[in-house]
Amino acid sequence: MSARDEVLRRVRAARPSAPVDVPRDYRTVDGGADLVDLFVDRLIDYKATVRRCDPGGLAGAVGELLSDASAVVAPAGARAWLAAYPGRVLREPLTVTDLDAAGVAVLTGCAVAVARTGTLILDAGPDQGRRALSLVPDRHVCVVHSGQIVGGVPEALARLADPTRPLTLISGPSATSDIELNRVEGVHGPRRLDVVVVD
Amino acid sequence: MKVALFVTCVNDLVFPGTGRAVVQVLERLGHTVEFPVDQGCCGQMHANSGYREEALPLVANFVKTFDGYDAVVGPSGSCVAMVRDWYPKLLPDAAEVAARTYELSELLVDVLGVTDVGATFPHRVTYHPTCHGLRMLRLGDRPRRLLAAVGGLELLDLPGAEECCGFGGTFAVKNAGVSGAMLADKCQAIAGTGAEYVAAVDNSCLAHIGGGLSRAGGPARPIHYAEILAATS
Amino acid sequence: MSGGHIVARRPFPVAARAELGDAQLRANLRKATHTIRDKRLRVVGEVPDWEALRQAGAAIKDDVLARLPELLEQFEAAATAAGATVHWARDAAEACAVVTGLVRDTGAAEVVKVKSMATQEIGLNEALEAAGIAAVETDLAELIVQLAGDTPSHILVPAIHYNRAQIREIFSRNGLSARTDDPPALAEAARRHLRAKFLSARVGISGANFAVAESGTLVVVESEGNGRMCLTLPETLISVVGIEKILPTFRDLEVFLQLLPRSSTGERMNPYTSLWTGVTPGDGPQTLHIVLVDNGRTETLADSVGRQALRCIRCSACLNVCPVYERVGGHAYGSVYPGPIGAILSPQMSGEGANRTLPYASTLCGACYDACPVRINIPEVLVHLRQTGPHPPAERAAMRALSWAMRDRRRYTAALRAARRGAAPIRLVAGRRGAVRHLPWPLSKWTSTRDAPLPAKQTFREWWAHERA
Repeated sequence: MSARDEVLRRVRAARPSAPVDVPRDYRTVDGGADLVDLFVDRLIDYKATVRRCDPGGLAGAVGELLSDASAVVAPAGARAWLAAYPGRVLREPLTVTDLDAAGVAVLTGCAVAVARTGTLILDAGPDQGRRALSLVPDRHVCVVHSGQIVGGVPEALARLADPTRPLTLISGPSATSDIELNRVEGVHGPRRLDVVVVD
Repeated sequence: MKVALFVTCVNDLVFPGTGRAVVQVLERLGHTVEFPVDQGCCGQMHANSGYREEALPLVANFVKTFDGYDAVVGPSGSCVAMVRDWYPKLLPDAAEVAARTYELSELLVDVLGVTDVGATFPHRVTYHPTCHGLRMLRLGDRPRRLLAAVGGLELLDLPGAEECCGFGGTFAVKNAGVSGAMLADKCQAIAGTGAEYVAAVDNSCLAHIGGGLSRAGGPARPIHYAEILAATS
Repeated sequence: MSGGHIVARRPFPVAARAELGDAQLRANLRKATHTIRDKRLRVVGEVPDWEALRQAGAAIKDDVLARLPELLEQFEAAATAAGATVHWARDAAEACAVVTGLVRDTGAAEVVKVKSMATQEIGLNEALEAAGIAAVETDLAELIVQLAGDTPSHILVPAIHYNRAQIREIFSRNGLSARTDDPPALAEAARRHLRAKFLSARVGISGANFAVAESGTLVVVESEGNGRMCLTLPETLISVVGIEKILPTFRDLEVFLQLLPRSSTGERMNPYTSLWTGVTPGDGPQTLHIVLVDNGRTETLADSVGRQALRCIRCSACLNVCPVYERVGGHAYGSVYPGPIGAILSPQMSGEGANRTLPYASTLCGACYDACPVRINIPEVLVHLRQTGPHPPAERAAMRALSWAMRDRRRYTAALRAARRGAAPIRLVAGRRGAVRHLPWPLSKWTSTRDAPLPAKQTFREWWAHERA
């Protein structure tokens, strides 16, 4: 008997009970207070920096933020936000060595953001690109439009257009709790996360 | 109200003063206490140690003995938790009597609606909430409210109060080393309060804590909280 | 059949005695567990629907266990359709053989690993080493343990037993220099050490926190970004997944992505969570293997009380609140699954060795049940497992005798009287509080750490008969 058949046979033999009804009495909509303020508060709590601007001020804010970057990786859908950035813009195809070069920052958007947890969700959309782009550079600048911010995790997952695309949930810069169970920022992922919130 | 006292085997043999204290408190409040003499052990030690078959006759004896009373009161969080939480799973017939079985503070606060039982105990006391009272019966602050209403009593906060003292029934002998390490921390916390007495709802935990305090030679002594509620001078 | 690193070699009390003697270990564990307890309480306290989430989490997992055959087949079909290759393994040895073969086929001599309990459980690193393949642990705590030549002592933070100074010393012995023993400096040293390995790795190996049946999606929850590196940069990804990790639908993640981070690291959300479904052209590994592992899970599933242990999402909240774990650490449990969940999971997955002493490694204080995000009634399962022993013959005889005496009024009264009278001579030598310092075996196990009380001069029933009847 193959391993597959054997494991499935054992599972069937152990089969415990009838299907279980799942009570979903938890919050699936989490509106209430000002979600943008809450989102900003939670981002700062996990050591991300936050800038807020109106749509007209976006390019200026991004240009200013990136002024000390040696080069910026920007997927096609994010390049419009670089109008006021005078430096070098890196385009695909890029190797990991390109992405790992000193001073390189990456600029992306996101698919949806969660206020209550300060989370950005990237789904490899045109303004985000493939996963490596937001991972290897040591600095990630993410543009979030206020309309993308929802209250809680259930609303955020429900908003994703296609959950089978590669998804990355990002909450603050890279961190670890592995030393004495205290959170410290800065391990393998981007050690700096800047979020631009467009009201 | 006619209340049946479930004294528990440990109290019957080692701490009869706790049983007498429950009788005094309830009679002082104008209630009639009966002691059904057919009662024995609730079977908790057997069931928790992996001897379900040996526990079942004890469960059946309890159900037969306490059938028909308005309320059954036991001065022990863990024995009452055994009856309330485990009995219905062990013996379906036990559900009714299990629902009418109360730890002393539940009977006083919830059923009789009393927090001031007219006691006086002019001493510094700290309170250790024992695990089964805390997490199985969910006694909450009922025992503390009863103690706080006692005349002359100074109630001192116990740091890390909700941490287990390390008793755990047969755990205390099967894993005596770990039990002793937990006990040492508990005794240290008690000593740090400067209390004369450490009160709890369980004499089994108190025997363990008291044994540690006595071994360490500190001034604090264990006391079942029912005995404080019975005290009038 | 099961195997791997889930079998204790020494009885728990023996192993615990050794650990109890290590004052530094006790201090490290106390500091770390108390830090995380406070953080967990704070972030759980800010979720008003926490209990509803726990109820939903438990029910979803129970539903999975009830429908596991269909859901596994559904997962396999969806993952295969998305470009993954699904393998099955009956036990640890078979899982290791499958993975080793897959790595060999790539020709790679080194793999980078995401922290994974499943691969720890099956002993994959040792199997790979035996095949001449270097397995590089990339999670900071796993790296520390690997560099120290040690074994994990915690599910979430395998190096919890080390403090910062000890970690720096382990790093230094292995050629990783950190400026100071500040955690950020230690994290920086790990980053420098692993960077080149990430960027050149051809094969990544991971576990999965969740596997979604309807879509074939796998989920890894992590903090440092080492997971993203391993899941994104190599050409080939091999994910080893226990069969109980299945969730029916993508939507079910809305429950677990709330329960898990708050319960494990005490964060509102962990820094990074990755979800991938098969292979995506131009993004991430282009070859994906998924190895579904039984290794004792079906035996656990067959027990109607014990199967709730399979709800476990490996958050470690039960370890962090456990007073026993806090005193002895994870090594005393002899399994990669230590603490309260280990005490019910290891003996169910494998009844070998000293695992049957693990259900007794608890006071039944219930702190674990309160903390568990999927409401595993750990005390209930501990008591259930104690039914199967081991029962020392003398203890069994004593329990039987006590039960026989205590169920009958005359026998019970006589036994109490006998105990009271038997204690009378001891009272003569007792201390000022009537406490006894030394008792003969087996009661010496009590007096080894604390004084013993004596029976009273008059039992309660004697007083009642005298005063009231």
